[in-house]
Amino acid sequence: MKMPNIKWFSFWKLVLYFVLAAGAYAVVYRFLLGLGPSTNLTDQFPWGIWVGFDVLCGVMLAAGGFTLTGAVHIFNIKRLHPIVRPTVLTAFLGYMLVSVALLVDLGRPYNIWHPLIMWNPHSVMFEVGWCVMCYTTVLALEFSPIVLERFNLQKPLKYIRRALIPIVIAGVIFSTLHQSSLGSVYLIVPEKLHPFWYTPLLPAFFFLSAIAVGLAMTIFESSMSAKHFGRQLELHILKDLGRALMVVLIVYSVLRVEDLIHRGVLKQVLVAGYERNLFLLEIALALVIPIMLLSFRKVRETPGGLYLASVITLLGFVTNRLNVAVTGMEASAGVRYVPRWTEVAVTAAMVGAGFAIFGMATKYLPIFPEEHAAVPVPAAQRAAAPEVVMQNAD
Amino acid sequence: MSKALLYDATLCIGCKQCEQACADKNKLPYDDKVAAETRQSEHKFTVVLAKDDKFMRRLCMNCNDPACASVCPVAALRKTPAGPVIYEASRCMGCRYCMLACPFGVPRYEWNSVNPKVQKCTMCSDRVLAGQQTACAEACPTGATKFGERSELLAEARLRLRDNPGKYVDHIYGENEVGGTSVLLLSSVSFEEFGYRTDFPTDPLPNRTFAVQSRIPDFVPLWGSMLGGIWWITHRREEVAKAEGGEKKGGAK
Repeated sequence: MKMPNIKWFSFWKLVLYFVLAAGAYAVVYRFLLGLGPSTNLTDQFPWGIWVGFDVLCGVMLAAGGFTLTGAVHIFNIKRLHPIVRPTVLTAFLGYMLVSVALLVDLGRPYNIWHPLIMWNPHSVMFEVGWCVMCYTTVLALEFSPIVLERFNLQKPLKYIRRALIPIVIAGVIFSTLHQSSLGSVYLIVPEKLHPFWYTPLLPAFFFLSAIAVGLAMTIFESSMSAKHFGRQLELHILKDLGRALMVVLIVYSVLRVEDLIHRGVLKQVLVAGYERNLFLLEIALALVIPIMLLSFRKVRETPGGLYLASVITLLGFVTNRLNVAVTGMEASAGVRYVPRWTEVAVTAAMVGAGFAIFGMATKYLPIFPEEHAAVPVPAAQRAAAPEVVMQNAD
Repeated sequence: MSKALLYDATLCIGCKQCEQACADKNKLPYDDKVAAETRQSEHKFTVVLAKDDKFMRRLCMNCNDPACASVCPVAALRKTPAGPVIYEASRCMGCRYCMLACPFGVPRYEWNSVNPKVQKCTMCSDRVLAGQQTACAEACPTGATKFGERSELLAEARLRLRDNPGKYVDHIYGENEVGGTSVLLLSSVSFEEFGYRTDFPTDPLPNRTFAVQSRIPDFVPLWGSMLGGIWWITHRREEVAKAEGGEKKGGAK
């Protein structure tokens, strides 16, 4: 097996090593001293960016997995097929990183398995835990053909392919449930979460935005792969995604405005304040700017324009999740929460690890179809191939 | 039968005997320094607040339908039929959702421990089950904190409001807040003076979540059959098109 050449040192690689080292140090610090000394969390503010970013944003950013597998395998939109693999990889990685981050945040991480046997079906967290667990399994199955192909294991490959549709449907169901349920997590705090964000429609907004972010993340990740991993840019696919993204953003905007009107919150937008400012920032980044950008053909149909629109959308919905988890909870808690360096270091390391592992995977595994096709089949394997076919025929 | 505490702030003299008794019962340190602390913490489950000559206790309200127990993914927090809301540390995985969800901001965390527990007043659950009153009620020299049946204490509170017009704020705090609590409060000054919010809904907070959560068992087969149906239609069309086009070449399947 020939290993691809890897350049170990470059500016971004050095940045990455620094970020990973700082994160590792922060994790050791956290487990030696406890959550008190290693975070700025308090009794008044028990959830910080490890929940707000690592979990809420992490799961949201991994939503491309169910969006794309659903579009291709259930809605049969064949032309999107070439980008399913990198998207499933992104999702799989995302959920792994969320799980690792959760272990850092939990006070008693060695009890993380307790929801398996200690049930409380009334708890949204219980349901999210189960769905995330099941969906990570689904992602592993959806990802497995990539690994099986790499090692030319035909038999399991055949079974996975046969079960693909039920697997994909299960994945879409689990995702629908937990993406929306992450919004339901906050339904229990009507008196604590600021009215800009507290609405009975929280689960609907979290689900819709997960689809938008899934699309934006797929555009972003395809553009990055084209830039840094030497992959061809499938512009015709990204154009379709850009158009879909615009539609989802518009639907989300309409629902959001209707909701603000019916709850009588819209007039509060005129009153200056901390929450108002961050609310406006969120609306500008997540909705107004991307919709305006995407309404121009020049933006919607060029690689640079699509990249820009997707990045701004991502920043906008990251702001949205952090507004729900942090900004909107501060007034009722009576404190301002600013993450400690350790919290930032762990979160940055998770993002860094995501990029690094994605890059590694694209080098070692047949993630991109054109690359995959270009890999010459070794003579030994070619000779063995007919035998495999004959075995299967038995 | 559900037990409760009635705290009548007008009878309280601020002696902090209840704080001392609570600390003794829960094996927590108590000295002049702790006595001076005016916030509930992982080592102080109840506090007596003072403003001029007015007093007010703070402790876990032991809600009838507690948000903390509803959100706990491992059922470490539970409402017992006797009234107290108890915590089982061995189940807890430390997600701190209970702290986020509690409308009264009660649960405290052992932030400096590497094996942290949630800490709060559990209304002396073991004593209550043994037929005794809570440590704080037993220690109270003036009867300001009284232990008994919730329904009886409510009736008594109503009687006190009726017989002493103008003495109290006309409100039994905890009768209806978030669906009612096992701790009932009477006061001659606004509850907000002591940090008690009076804008709570009267329906239990877990209802907000359950309105959505309870639909899941219906939603799963519905969504599943829709997705399966869409798959069948989109792929059937393809087969038809293929047959009509007379193409012999197999697709992805």
